[in-house]
Amino acid sequence: MHPAASVIIFTSLSGLGFGLLFFLGLDRPVVSGWVAFTFFLIAYALAVGGLLASTFHLGNPQRAMKAFSQWRTSWLSREGVVSVATLLVMGLYAALLIFADIRIAPLGWLGSALCIATVYCTSMIYGQLKTVPRWNMSTTPALFILYSLAGGALLSAQLPFALFAIVILTAIQILSWARGDMSFSQAGHTIETATGLGALGKVRLLEAPHSGENYLTREMVHVIGRKHGQKLRVIATLCLGIIPVAMLLFFPVNHFSVVLIIILHVIGLFVSRWLFFAEAEHVVGLYYDKR
Amino acid sequence: MTALPQTTAKKLGLVIDLDICVGCHACVINCKEWNTSNYGAPLSDQDAYGANPSGTFLNRIHTYEVKQPQKPAQTVHFPKSCLHCEDAPCVTVCPTGASYKRSEDGIVLVNESDCIGCGLCAWACPYGARELDAAEGVMKKCTLCVDRIYNENIPEIDREPACVRTCPANARHFGDFADPESDVSQMSAARGGMELMPEQGTKPVNRYLPPRPKADIHTDGDINILAPFLEPVADTPKGLLGWLDKALEAL
Repeated sequence: MHPAASVIIFTSLSGLGFGLLFFLGLDRPVVSGWVAFTFFLIAYALAVGGLLASTFHLGNPQRAMKAFSQWRTSWLSREGVVSVATLLVMGLYAALLIFADIRIAPLGWLGSALCIATVYCTSMIYGQLKTVPRWNMSTTPALFILYSLAGGALLSAQLPFALFAIVILTAIQILSWARGDMSFSQAGHTIETATGLGALGKVRLLEAPHSGENYLTREMVHVIGRKHGQKLRVIATLCLGIIPVAMLLFFPVNHFSVVLIIILHVIGLFVSRWLFFAEAEHVVGLYYDKR
Repeated sequence: MTALPQTTAKKLGLVIDLDICVGCHACVINCKEWNTSNYGAPLSDQDAYGANPSGTFLNRIHTYEVKQPQKPAQTVHFPKSCLHCEDAPCVTVCPTGASYKRSEDGIVLVNESDCIGCGLCAWACPYGARELDAAEGVMKKCTLCVDRIYNENIPEIDREPACVRTCPANARHFGDFADPESDVSQMSAARGGMELMPEQGTKPVNRYLPPRPKADIHTDGDINILAPFLEPVADTPKGLLGWLDKALEAL
């Protein structure tokens, strides 16, 4: 799949933002007044910034409001509805906390639950697609939620939880790469099933429909950039997991080291999210004899 | 609403005969012509006369080579357009309700004034049947020429999809698969009409008729059945050439 900057930024930043909001809703860290304002500002900037980035790849963004209507069937619509509900609930919670110094705990808990629900909906936009076997796995929602929780824990300086979440995240990420590598062949899709010509023999593309590229090949048959996949996986694992865990365990914790850990973790997040798209193979590639 | 209908009264679709298709692309051209000048946004082209042309098409012809060991390869021209699936994954993913499947005839359509161009339906389709138009930013797909098949302003003979109407080889047929007596149902039953990528569980309506097996002409390593007719007619030269031949042999 084409790793469009807008969707990578959208899923990464909004995940971090809702992760931070999750911890703020649970009153971790315990903040009030201007400190609380700053925390909520960062969280909203990430979450809303990410959601806005997602509208950049739309063909007709002026009609985006219509996307709230089909929550009965569409994960994309559900994501829109739940994210707005989350931002409203957490906005009320934050306003009362910052300006009136009133903390309504159940409202915060509701907001935190909605944060996880939002990230789950985001993950299911990809996880639901049977056409992309690498995404159509149970690890997809698990990864999105763990990225959100790990990033949120780092941003809210919940370091013991962050350590725990990053260890599990790294393990699931490696598992998901390993399972993902086998997913396409396990799903049983071949050029022979795609064309139905398998009974006649071995099939190969003799001539493509057109001499040039088209929307399908640009969007879904993205094969460039995969050759460095293994190296990028190592870089991602080091940045998002191994170095932060080592630093949390063996280095003195201060503002500087935590900022460094966050920067490294976010680099790892972006690299792994780029791989999530670039390594994903869509079954339509079979008709073009490419994956 | 993007929920799929439980059942549809009709199941309109195409039979595509892979044994007959000659890969002339006439259906591609007539599809583009009809659908760019009638219902909905035109099918735009980018850099049409330049070095890197591309454009929106609702129907594309792939050409495959099928090969068994020790046998001559076979060429199969393979037209591909929307299969109007019964369990269409492109419809349920749509966040705006722009994509829908009609309960009366099963045609899958896009309401372009509701489409935000997010492209998720094209991702959900295993067959590459949906293309986002680069100029209009809305999703385009085969409408089964819904503006022809019910159109009383055109002669009755023309009330079938443009691709079917134009096919010079009669490789494409249009009809109702819900009616077991229809031509398309009968043809599909007689020839083992197949679904594409059945493991995706989309239950496509369109059926492809597999190429008929080729007669096995591969005997004794002599693949050219015309070879006996191409033997030299005169084994030994006669007349002047015969004398010359003998004279030169004698030297």
